[in-house]
Amino acid sequence: MRPFEYLSPNTRTQAISLLGSTWGSSEILAGGTDLLALMKDDILAPKRLINIKDIKDLRGVSSDPQGIRLGALTTLGDLADDESVKKNYPALAEALGEAASPQIRNLATLGGNLCQRPRCWYFRNGLGLLPIDEAGKELVSEGENRYHAILGNEGPAKFVSPSTIVPILVAYGAKIRLQGLNGKRELPLERFYVTPKKEGEREHDLRPNEMVTEVMVPAATNVKAAHYEIRQKAAFDWPLALAGVALKMRDSKVESARIVLGYVAPVPWPSPEAEKALVGQPINKETAQKAAAAALANAKPLSHNAYKVKLARVAVTRAIMKAASGGAA
Amino acid sequence: MRDDDENLKDANHSSESPGVSRRDFLKISGISVAVPLVAGPKMVMAAGQQVPVYGPGKVPMEFAINGKNHKADLEPRVTLLDALRDQFELTGAKRVCDRAECGACTVLMDNKPVYACSVLAIEAQHRPITTVESLIEGGNLHPVQRAFVENDASQCGFCTPGFVVSCKAFLDSHPHPTPEDIRRGLSGNLCRCGTYEGIRKAIAQVAQKGA
Ligand SMILES: Cc1cc2nc3c(=O)[nH]c(=O)nc-3n(C[C@H](O)[C@H](O)[C@H](O)COP(=O)(O)OP(=O)(O)OC[C@H]3O[C@@H](n4cnc5c(N)ncnc54)[C@H](O)[C@@H]3O)c2cc1C
Ligand code: FES
Ligand code: FES
Repeated sequence: MRPFEYLSPNTRTQAISLLGSTWGSSEILAGGTDLLALMKDDILAPKRLINIKDIKDLRGVSSDPQGIRLGALTTLGDLADDESVKKNYPALAEALGEAASPQIRNLATLGGNLCQRPRCWYFRNGLGLLPIDEAGKELVSEGENRYHAILGNEGPAKFVSPSTIVPILVAYGAKIRLQGLNGKRELPLERFYVTPKKEGEREHDLRPNEMVTEVMVPAATNVKAAHYEIRQKAAFDWPLALAGVALKMRDSKVESARIVLGYVAPVPWPSPEAEKALVGQPINKETAQKAAAAALANAKPLSHNAYKVKLARVAVTRAIMKAASGGAA
Repeated sequence: MRDDDENLKDANHSSESPGVSRRDFLKISGISVAVPLVAGPKMVMAAGQQVPVYGPGKVPMEFAINGKNHKADLEPRVTLLDALRDQFELTGAKRVCDRAECGACTVLMDNKPVYACSVLAIEAQHRPITTVESLIEGGNLHPVQRAFVENDASQCGFCTPGFVVSCKAFLDSHPHPTPEDIRRGLSGNLCRCGTYEGIRKAIAQVAQKGA
């Protein structure tokens, strides 16, 4: 790791004013489980780390009838164990409990999880998010792409969005709150993720001197939700495909649906096609499979990852069936 | 990766180090000093308040490790793991992946298992740290350690200290685990030699007997 200055402000406004106005000069340090690894590999070499863990009001969970507020500094472990999360958002609790490992969940924060950088091995080896060779040829489409994107991969970005808890949060309708030099803003969580088109652009709609302060999830009283992930190893590894589903039913038919895929595209991937296929239908294996087929209809696998199309279809089908049968358990 | 070890060689102020420190010498000889020995941190203004800037050079730090106070001058980029191993001679926690991917460096911070390779020493100051070295009491192995021996839960032994710390923390929070709880609860430690079966048996044994 290269040397850096370490600052530990205790208010949001101090932290924001200490952050640089361009990427590269400073980085926010939360749990450090991703950032420190990137710095050890010299992928990032900030001159300053702004530790935000002394900012007390970024921590904790509070709920009211409208929904729940999840502070950006709350650890994944504390969120997974939170009684109101477990009771009212069981599919989120399940996704949190399956993320990474117990040791990581004790350090990793929600804000860091939402802002963690892609695991693409080209990126992690210093070749950038949109790696090309000297002749300008895309390295990923020519090379080792078995874990890369099968949807939304028409442009130069072929990596997959790395968080396993974002898809279910998006399915629940979560909003992210940010605070920066120009004040606060709130946006639907899925809009926080963008597909970079040029090297140097980041995959989040986060400005260099802005930070994530909290995530708001609306009440989910009549929602049937489920998270289903497919991993090579049962734990402590990144999934190959996953799906988060939230359904509202009326008279045993689907009134509305949110179906969000993960590990298939450079951004978390809501599927309006699958949602459309499901609305107005009762839930059974056939309707679930049809919705899953619709979600993957436009998939364009790369040279080594056609297998992911099938896995993603299975993940969507099973998430729908699981939601219908009572969700997380 | 740059080698951090070089920067550690000449760091001093370990509470364990013998002899008289410069500060003690000054105290003993009654010389009063107008300037602090280690210059205080530089300050910057942020939102109308002074915020200290630590580093990039060495910073005096204080730790609470295994119930003892430890001091060292370290750069902010030094991890808790490297501080433990290279400064305080607590080499139980192992440096294997150095990337939060194997569990060999597991220690307890605030009584919870964490990867010491993924925490900066500067952030771990004043938070209770427990390493595998503290588990032996009065020359007696901790029940988890004894169960490892009895169940052949170790081969080359490189992953063992991390596993022992994880198992202890797991049993403290799950005194009556199911086999599925054990698999999940210990999923943050890897063993290249494949001693998992012995480790599962060791945990089940301790859980049954009570630690
Ligand atoms: C072996 C392994 C397995 C893993 N498995 C999974 C998994 O299954 N599912 C999963 O979702 N993740 C997984 N992860 C990733 C892990 O969840 C993330 O590393 C973690 O959530 C990051 O959180 P942190 O608080 O440690 O972030 P840090 O490492 O501190 O920060 C990560 C990034 O986010 C930025 N950041 C942090 N907080 C904020 C904020 N409030 N505002 C703006 N920017 C911020 C930092 O500047 C940095 O760029 C795994 C990681 C490892 C090493
Ligand atoms: S050395 Fe820390 S997890 Fe491997
Ligand atoms: S005993 Fe050799 S790595 Fe576990």
